[in-house]
Amino acid sequence: MSTAPATVDGPLITADGIPLKESLQKSLRRSKIRAVLLVAPPLLFLIFLFIIPIGNMLTRSVDDKLINEVFPNTFEAFEAWDKVSEPSEEMFAAVYQDLKAASKTEIGKSSVRMNYAKPGWRSLIKVTARKIKKMEPPYKEAFLKAEGRWADTEFWLSLGIMKDKRTMGYYLNAVDRTYDFDKNVIHVDENRKVYNLLWWRTIQVSIIVTLACLLLAYPVSYLLATLPMRIANLLMICVLMPFWTSLLVRIVAWMIMLQQNGVVNDTLVAAGILSDENRLAMMYNFNGTVIVMTQILLPFMILPIFSVMKTIPPSYMKAAQNLGATPTLAFIRVYMPQTIPGIGAGCILVFIVAIGYYITPELVGGKDGRLIGNMVAYHMQRSLNWGLAAAMGTILLIVILVLYWIYDKIIGIDNMKMG
Amino acid sequence: MALPIYTTPGQRVWHYCYMAFCVFVLFFLVAPLVAVIPLSFTSSPFLNFTPEMLALDPDAFSIRWYKSLFGMCADVEDVASTMCHNKWMTGAGRSLYYAVISTVLATFLGTLAALGLSNEHMPAKRAIMALMISPLIVPLIITAAGMAFFFAKINLSNTDAGIILAYTILGMPFVVITVTSTLVGFDRSLMRAGANLGGTPTYNFFKIQMPLIAPGMISGALFAFITAFDEIVIILFIGGPQQHTLPRQMWSGIRQEISPTILAAATILVLFSVLLLTTLELLRRRSERLRGITPH
Repeated sequence: MSTAPATVDGPLITADGIPLKESLQKSLRRSKIRAVLLVAPPLLFLIFLFIIPIGNMLTRSVDDKLINEVFPNTFEAFEAWDKVSEPSEEMFAAVYQDLKAASKTEIGKSSVRMNYAKPGWRSLIKVTARKIKKMEPPYKEAFLKAEGRWADTEFWLSLGIMKDKRTMGYYLNAVDRTYDFDKNVIHVDENRKVYNLLWWRTIQVSIIVTLACLLLAYPVSYLLATLPMRIANLLMICVLMPFWTSLLVRIVAWMIMLQQNGVVNDTLVAAGILSDENRLAMMYNFNGTVIVMTQILLPFMILPIFSVMKTIPPSYMKAAQNLGATPTLAFIRVYMPQTIPGIGAGCILVFIVAIGYYITPELVGGKDGRLIGNMVAYHMQRSLNWGLAAAMGTILLIVILVLYWIYDKIIGIDNMKMG
Repeated sequence: MALPIYTTPGQRVWHYCYMAFCVFVLFFLVAPLVAVIPLSFTSSPFLNFTPEMLALDPDAFSIRWYKSLFGMCADVEDVASTMCHNKWMTGAGRSLYYAVISTVLATFLGTLAALGLSNEHMPAKRAIMALMISPLIVPLIITAAGMAFFFAKINLSNTDAGIILAYTILGMPFVVITVTSTLVGFDRSLMRAGANLGGTPTYNFFKIQMPLIAPGMISGALFAFITAFDEIVIILFIGGPQQHTLPRQMWSGIRQEISPTILAAATILVLFSVLLLTTLELLRRRSERLRGITPH
């Protein structure tokens, strides 16, 4: 025995002579690096194509840079103005310089923006820009000749709303408020108020749909959880089938059911419950949105409640009754409290999905069944007021992320079950 | 549920009311989808049951809308010709194309993420998991709006590549969720045993781990597939006229030229979903059998 044995009180050594502690740390580090390398590609993919685009869009809700870049001299002259006297020659000269330097698309885009501050700007700029080439000093006279409205100081005053590179204006618009010329927050005119009503309706529909889903889902989940496996599985197909069917197919199916000459009305008339002229209007209005959304979101409520109920041993109810409770009391005091996690999960899930709905209200909602999602789409695609669309989207997203966070805290997203 | 012999009349009444309510709810879930099927065989160009159909008159039924769906337009000439473009079939082809490619990508990326996230040494696990699942939570309209701006900036809007990438994002969370939940039941000592027997990590993954998490991968892939195949919001925002998918055709069918062709398409899609559901149920049973979990 020539080699010295490992000292008893020294560190433990592995076969290749490295202290065990170090070796373990190394393997731990390796395992960590492997995990990070595995997660990196999908995570980067997600960040690049999902997080950045959304973040990017959200910055549009406060962005007011363009106008300041196109009209730098104008805003400078505006700052120097006392806001009381008549617009001076220098101010007109500044506008002239800016209009002359800017490209056609820049002018087009910024005039749209200016129109949000005060209606009329767009045509004013458009007409003036067309004549700008032929203008000669004094510019004040030339401008007034081109468009009489330049004398209206309201246009000049409205520049005050746009002079900062960041604006909260779109957020104010999204809740039916706006800036006056001194940048005080005021309500918009009564007849132009739309958004508060829409927000209110969106919340209303989401709450009604969530409650309706809960009311319909709870008894069925209980049935599914207490029936023998084989029958329960069969009935589960009824729950899952709509879940797996194309959204548009379900909407078409509901159109057949609920329209004026639809199955429901026909049946009610044939059964003598309704007279032919009093057919119910269940489609293309508020009711249509609520009915169809309830059916579409019902599986999202049934599945979490069912999976919680499945874990409650039936012996609890028996024990409670054995101790003298009536079945009703046992159900309320013993069974129901245990299903609360499932109820919470289902309600948050349904509410989150409902609040951002767009397709269903668009197709079956008619005029009074539209939600905030439809307004976002409208401003994205039709009116091209992207700042307002982004502001509404941001508010919606914040509400949803808060709920998502609560959901994660209560239930944990890794407990989310599919199918 | 048979009632025990000692139930009082009141309990009986309550029980039958309860059962009736449950039947009503299940009916509410399925009835609209079932109603589509007979109506798709109508011979009239309207979307309601005619008295002749209810009387089971054979003349009231036809397969003309199926012919129109499959692009055989010869006998629908009495209907406005716009209905008879073969957009349904080309649309279905497009949808299939986008769905298949994005599903493959989503399954690959989602499985990678799930494998990494199920490692106990992974830092910031919870936050990354929340991030990976967020495309499911963020309303599609917001995702679509964000992508519309961004894809326009990097020249991806109105391209097939852009749509496939967008659909991959939507499909990935499903794969992450399903594979993660299969990995919970995965016994890590199997991998150690494999390594002990001389397998490289890659070899072990393909020979040991992958067959065991395959049910999770497949069911995740099915979710991703159906999501992409059925997607309508993103395509409306970032797809050009070239990207005319089946849902888009149904969308314009519902909004403009509503004809029973859409019911024929719907019937086929309902049957398709039944098929998918059966596959998924079989997979679930297989997975439970393999993991030795008794069905609960």
